[in-house]
Amino acid sequence: MNNPQLNKNGELQHLLTTEGLPAPILRAILDRAASFVSTAEGNEIKKVPLLHGKAVFNIFFENSTRTRTTFEIAAKRLSADVVNLNIGSSSTSKGETLLDTVDNLCAMHADMFVVRHSQSGAAHLIARHVAPEIHVINAGDGRHAHPTQALLDMFTIRHYKKEFHNLRVAIVGDVLHSRVARSQIYALSTLAVPEIRVIAPKTLLPTLVEQMGVQVYHDMEEGLRDVDVVMMLRLQNERMQGGLLPSAQEYFKYYGLTQDKLALAKPDAIVMHPGPMNRGVEIDSSVADGSHSVILPQVTFGIAVRMAVMSLLAGTK
Amino acid sequence: MNIHIKNGRLIDPKNGIDAQQDLFIAAGKIASIGNAPAGFVADKIIDANGLVVTPGLIDLAARLREPGYEYRATLESEMNAAVAGGITSLACPPDTDPPLDEPGLVEMLKHRAKSLNQARVYPVGALTQGLKGAELTEMAELADAGCVAFSQADAALTDTRVLLRAMQYAATFNFSVWLRPQDSFLARDGVAHDGEVATRLGLPAIPVSAEIIALATMLQLARETGVRLHVCRISSELGVALIRAAKQQGLPLTCDVSANHVHLSERDIGFFDSNCHLTPPLRSLRDRDALSAGLCDGTIDAICSDHTPVDEDAKQLPFAEAESGATGLELLLPLALKWAGKSSLSDALAKVTLQPANILGLNAGHLSAGSAADVCVFDPDVYWKVEASALKSQGKNTPFLGLELQGKVRYTLVDGLVVYQS
Repeated sequence: MNNPQLNKNGELQHLLTTEGLPAPILRAILDRAASFVSTAEGNEIKKVPLLHGKAVFNIFFENSTRTRTTFEIAAKRLSADVVNLNIGSSSTSKGETLLDTVDNLCAMHADMFVVRHSQSGAAHLIARHVAPEIHVINAGDGRHAHPTQALLDMFTIRHYKKEFHNLRVAIVGDVLHSRVARSQIYALSTLAVPEIRVIAPKTLLPTLVEQMGVQVYHDMEEGLRDVDVVMMLRLQNERMQGGLLPSAQEYFKYYGLTQDKLALAKPDAIVMHPGPMNRGVEIDSSVADGSHSVILPQVTFGIAVRMAVMSLLAGTK
Repeated sequence: MNIHIKNGRLIDPKNGIDAQQDLFIAAGKIASIGNAPAGFVADKIIDANGLVVTPGLIDLAARLREPGYEYRATLESEMNAAVAGGITSLACPPDTDPPLDEPGLVEMLKHRAKSLNQARVYPVGALTQGLKGAELTEMAELADAGCVAFSQADAALTDTRVLLRAMQYAATFNFSVWLRPQDSFLARDGVAHDGEVATRLGLPAIPVSAEIIALATMLQLARETGVRLHVCRISSELGVALIRAAKQQGLPLTCDVSANHVHLSERDIGFFDSNCHLTPPLRSLRDRDALSAGLCDGTIDAICSDHTPVDEDAKQLPFAEAESGATGLELLLPLALKWAGKSSLSDALAKVTLQPANILGLNAGHLSAGSAADVCVFDPDVYWKVEASALKSQGKNTPFLGLELQGKVRYTLVDGLVVYQS
């Protein structure tokens, strides 16, 4: 099976998933992001000219505020020309197919696409379709992957924990529907995290999830014991329908992160969340705003990581 | 017209023949095998040296897309594809638009097909009106119009009382009911097997239990009603086991599998190859191997193409949105031959000739003297690349695209007339 995100020289052509992303490339992204951090924090260098003259198209077939905004900021700090398209479902309802939309944007001389779509595999489809000089970044496809989120999570973990090889990480919540969780699991595995746990009721775990290299816990207190990193997942409101969960209240009682439950983790454990948070559903406000929380730094690092990905791709011939 | 097919390796599973034998055809029928009948003068001699001569293939599931979906394929294009694939008879499922639930539609389809003078078309009628799973169709009238069996195709029949009544009514007239087992609640929104690949790719999944629960239901109702049940497109190891047990209990039951599922698994989806979006979903390697074993021990009677031409636009979409199905008429023979490595060439050919004929209740699928001369002559050794230009079907969608397959049809004869040669 060819890795569709690498070119024939093994360089990064597209960023579609963290699955099969070689460790040296993953580390190179993190290292480059580190070089941008002072930039991203808005201290001294506002802009670098790495993408000067390049056109980056943010095409979002699904709503997003945070991800689209951080991609936009990242592209602008790299001096790219940025075009934002919130397509939603309007274009497809007019009968235009996904690839028709992409063809039209290619005709406007796009150099890079940042794509979000509600269907798993949409970014792969676009990457297979576009000309070889165009790069595609997956900003979230269905339940499949959200690689830049996972990379910024890795960046955050490295920032606070320095190393990966001695960590115990717990991912808590709706793994079944989560592109973030899938991408996190592959990235953590590639970076040689020895123990990855997933904590969720059986209705929110995909079949054979343990084959992805994780340990499964249904009891949150047991699962959080002695972990270094707690990665919370967002719970969508619609999960209360279709027999997945009885109520938000019961979910919070058994799978919501509270101070009491967090006390079972290591004393210096960090708490992460990809946002947007549902306070009182998957996470208690006192934890979200507490001393263990690194949720806002995650957002800041997200800009640096997205700058790193875009500049690395732009350097691939 | 008298035709002499000479020097070929003649394989006729029904008559237990696998030997170099000449075949003599006169007045559209098989005249004799081995020696020419007295006074036989050939108008045409086909030299089948190095080729295999076998009954024309019989396909239990070929969507011709007429009426209603002519933009995907037409009767002309698909009938050309059928004979290019060595297929001389085919059953077409009722999921046309409108569905085959009225005698007039069936008569029109039969008439259109007959006027093309190619493969024989056997419509399978809708079991319920509009395939909606609520009201029975006029099965006896449909049978008079030419329907050979009754089916829901891939449409759901969730109301088990309607299913019971449909089976009772069909059993009254000794009609055969063809059903693909799938519980529509468990399968809701699913597009891939509930296993490691769907988990990895984040695709909505269909568990094996969707097949097993529906299968157990239909087996029990078949037991009660005594209906002749044909189970379509079995896909799982557990499903094969359930059918094996039911057959051992003496239930008058037959079963088919799609040629794709004999060879492919969920892993072939790779990174979202929409050509592998099939119904039922490609399952695990273990399931695939169980299907092959089920063919070997006779649990599964027949291999069908499950031919479903889909236009390219409908496949150039994210996996779940892409339409399911694969073109198959021209791949049935090579895929059956590919499976023959696990059995014998004669056994493999029986799965696409004699056995489907028996399921259809036809006196066909063999080369006995006096029977209609429906014959396929193929080169078992030649490799060909599956690509759009190599396919006559309007559907170019298949998981085997770009791969090389072994076995190519040289001649197809229907009623003693050469309808295809290459």
